[in-house]
Amino acid sequence: MTQDIARPKVAVWKFASCDGCQLSLLSAEDELLAIADEVQIAYFLEATREVVEGPYDLSLVEGSITTPDDAERIRHVREISTTLITIGACATAGGIQALRNFGDMDEFRSLVYAQPQYVASLADSTAVAEHVSVDLELRGCPIETSQLVEVINAILAGRKPVTPTHSVCVECKLRGNICVTVAHGTPCLGPVTQAGCGARCPAYDRGCYGCFGPAESPNPRSLSDWLEEQFGVDHPELLRLYRTFNADAPAFRSESRRHEEVAP
Amino acid sequence: MDGAQLADPVVIAVDELGTLIGTLRGDGYRVIGPTVRDGSILHGELHELSDLPRGWTDEQAPGTYRLQRRDDEALFGYAVGPSSPKRELFPPRQRLWTATSDGDASFHVTQERHESARIAFLGVRGCELAAIAVQDRVFLQGAYQDEVYVAHRSDVLLIAVECGSPAGTCFCASMGTGPGVTEGADLVLTELLDGEHRFLARAVTEAGAELLAALERGEPTHHDITAREQVIATATAGMGRELDTDGLHDLLLGNLEHPRWDDIADRCLACTNCTLVCPTCFCTTVEDTTDLTGANAFRDRRWDSCFGLEFSHAGPASVRSSTKARYRQWMTHKLATWIDQFGTSGCVGCGRCITWCPVGIDITVEADAIRRASDPGAT
Repeated sequence: MTQDIARPKVAVWKFASCDGCQLSLLSAEDELLAIADEVQIAYFLEATREVVEGPYDLSLVEGSITTPDDAERIRHVREISTTLITIGACATAGGIQALRNFGDMDEFRSLVYAQPQYVASLADSTAVAEHVSVDLELRGCPIETSQLVEVINAILAGRKPVTPTHSVCVECKLRGNICVTVAHGTPCLGPVTQAGCGARCPAYDRGCYGCFGPAESPNPRSLSDWLEEQFGVDHPELLRLYRTFNADAPAFRSESRRHEEVAP
Repeated sequence: MDGAQLADPVVIAVDELGTLIGTLRGDGYRVIGPTVRDGSILHGELHELSDLPRGWTDEQAPGTYRLQRRDDEALFGYAVGPSSPKRELFPPRQRLWTATSDGDASFHVTQERHESARIAFLGVRGCELAAIAVQDRVFLQGAYQDEVYVAHRSDVLLIAVECGSPAGTCFCASMGTGPGVTEGADLVLTELLDGEHRFLARAVTEAGAELLAALERGEPTHHDITAREQVIATATAGMGRELDTDGLHDLLLGNLEHPRWDDIADRCLACTNCTLVCPTCFCTTVEDTTDLTGANAFRDRRWDSCFGLEFSHAGPASVRSSTKARYRQWMTHKLATWIDQFGTSGCVGCGRCITWCPVGIDITVEADAIRRASDPGAT
């Protein structure tokens, strides 16, 4: 193992999230030892209670910002990090918990908690990039381990990571998947969703759920119109299609809002 | 053997196709042809006669493909599916080279060796032969040869089956590439379903004649010859689409600011499906990666699309940032500037871009819309 002093210090932070994206790093079983050789895992509470003080060369941030404390803490993380990369739908779009952004937070709080006055929450669950500058966003719910390893590789080599922003359709075609929408009539968000998962769901004969959020030039309105016209998918169902893990990503948010307005 | 002898048709029984597949496999060929998989007719490796889609067909419309049963035992009673010989001849991903550190500041580059695979395509259509000819011009006949394509194209047998079941999105008759086959194949078969199920076969090359010589052959009757003509005539009349190519080059290039481009952009998903199923589209990107040790770097090439934002990234940004600009680039290249560049249209009329567009955008309808709006005299 090389000297600690020579290896970049890496920190992994958690905000409002399920920990699944951090686990993607631990799931990199084939590469984990090699990664540990090349970087110093300095702060990663999911993996070890041993903490090396900052500042850090690279911070991987999981989770969305949902409380006033979070909003403070993310600014501190930014200050002590040279490079800050957000990982996963929570950190890049507010996550599934951003469904509350479409409702009334005070009402939810009063219904869920016996003593709501002790719960300090922000009205919205928001992406990290809405609070601090972010060097790279890695999409997915959860992120794809191979993409995380690629990003770490790229940072170590000082090069641009290969994390394309085109649609999932490209991955389907590269892989030789049949198009589930055209051939089976299965609604699929692939044409408006960013690649990265390797088109996993269509490979198993299911439509894309949009885990990686909107692709680079999304046109969800056209896709919705087609799904409604061809397959009779109604407005409430179309609304739900866009309102999942990346509900608050701008292109999906505006499209689900549109179906809210026209829904009976 | 002279041309007249090569072109003399013979009749072969259905089971002889099984013999043909076996012979090819025995000669070390991977036999690629139609198979039923995932609710569609896709290219796959053929091991025996029963791998062919006997009794299956497809129904195609803009944005829609459905596998259907036929009421006969046809083996090739379908139109083209999403796969084409492009996948084998111009694979989606290829490593180009690996660079390895020599431990100091220097490194050495190892070019990837592209192994030549023997491939026999069975069931190739006229439109697909035309598409292969288009890619041959692009990759083999220009100033530079593409070494990946050269390797995969070098030992290929093309056994065509003339199309008797065009789809609702087909327009090869407009593009002059089908449904009959006159050139580009080694062996041309026509499936005859009237009376006894059989094939009319014509060798076009020496290799095709050798294949045919190994099969049991019969003399065709006058009826067999007219039955083949009937298959072609029926298929020609059954084209689901038409594309008026008269003056199309100048029409499109003279209408670069036509309002129809905005209308298309409202519907287009920029998802890339049309280009990736197109049997002639050849655009790629390169991806440079490293391993964790930093001792090895890799350059890979993969299929890309002019519908991607990054594809036209030059300097600080993409030069075709709007979907309108990207669709216009694709369609004008395919139908117009391709002719300037390579001497033929880039479109062979296979209809894949229409069927596999998830929102059913139809290149023939869009070209027609621009024509109508540009020419008040058009009906």
